[in-house]
Amino acid sequence: MMSSEPRAIVAAHGDLADGLVSAVSRVAGAAAAARLQPFSNASLGGAELVDAMRDAVNSTAAQVVFTDLPAGSCTIAARRIARETPGLAVVCGVNLPLLLSFVMAPVGEPVAWHPAVDKARSAICIAEEGARAN
Amino acid sequence: MPIEVYRIDDRLVHGQVVVGWGQPLGLGFLVLVDDVVAESAWEQDLYRMGVPPEMTVHFESVAGALAHLDAYRRLPDRGLVLTGNTATMRALVEGDPAIRHVNVGGLHHRAGRTPRLRYVFVAPDEEADLRAMAARGVGLSAQDVPGAEPVPLDELLSRSGG
Repeated sequence: MMSSEPRAIVAAHGDLADGLVSAVSRVAGAAAAARLQPFSNASLGGAELVDAMRDAVNSTAAQVVFTDLPAGSCTIAARRIARETPGLAVVCGVNLPLLLSFVMAPVGEPVAWHPAVDKARSAICIAEEGARAN
Repeated sequence: MPIEVYRIDDRLVHGQVVVGWGQPLGLGFLVLVDDVVAESAWEQDLYRMGVPPEMTVHFESVAGALAHLDAYRRLPDRGLVLTGNTATMRALVEGDPAIRHVNVGGLHHRAGRTPRLRYVFVAPDEEADLRAMAARGVGLSAQDVPGAEPVPLDELLSRSGG
């Protein structure tokens, strides 16, 4: 039975999506990670990628597709699906802080994407000691 | 400046093209040759979004590409010509003798295709296209990213398994 909690596809190159979802599980717990469906573009051509991602979106009732690379095939496929799926968001440049914001957000409230993305972006930083070394 | 790469890739604009080839070769522009994309503003926006600001993407039909390839070769930047299938690249090769090498960058799994490499699966009609280009003296090799070892066409088509 499908949970009422918002769900997401994490679409990325290679094994990155599996790794990110695994990391969410370690940090936020298995129940939180279960709201994320990892998806890899490995071995899929452009059309097959769209078909497979559409199946993933439909089977999970996902509200968002997180992708890794703005220029990547996952993003191109997700934007094609978003065009035919009202309400489906596509958020590029996924990182662990962004996924944690998603799974930790209050249930029942619409996700505020811009603040969530700003927060995730701010998590990319140069550690002070490293900056001193340079 | 010559066009650096003529690439067949069924994902068209994606990470391997923009980052994998684009950065080490210092590509300034892409020419995406596809009759459907050339007619669709939405498709063009979709692919344009994937290209970094320092890179330009041009959209051409096959006829348009054949008319404009010489002009692209005179641009000061390095460029890459991209098609999504073998038939389109074959049409370019047959119409433009200046194309001397074709990169098979990605033909992924699909019903009717035989696995040759992890990223190259070839159907009989596609094999015929590749061989027809080779018969014109064009060199063909499979290579997904610049750091990978290129696989010449004869070796590619003799392989079985992804």
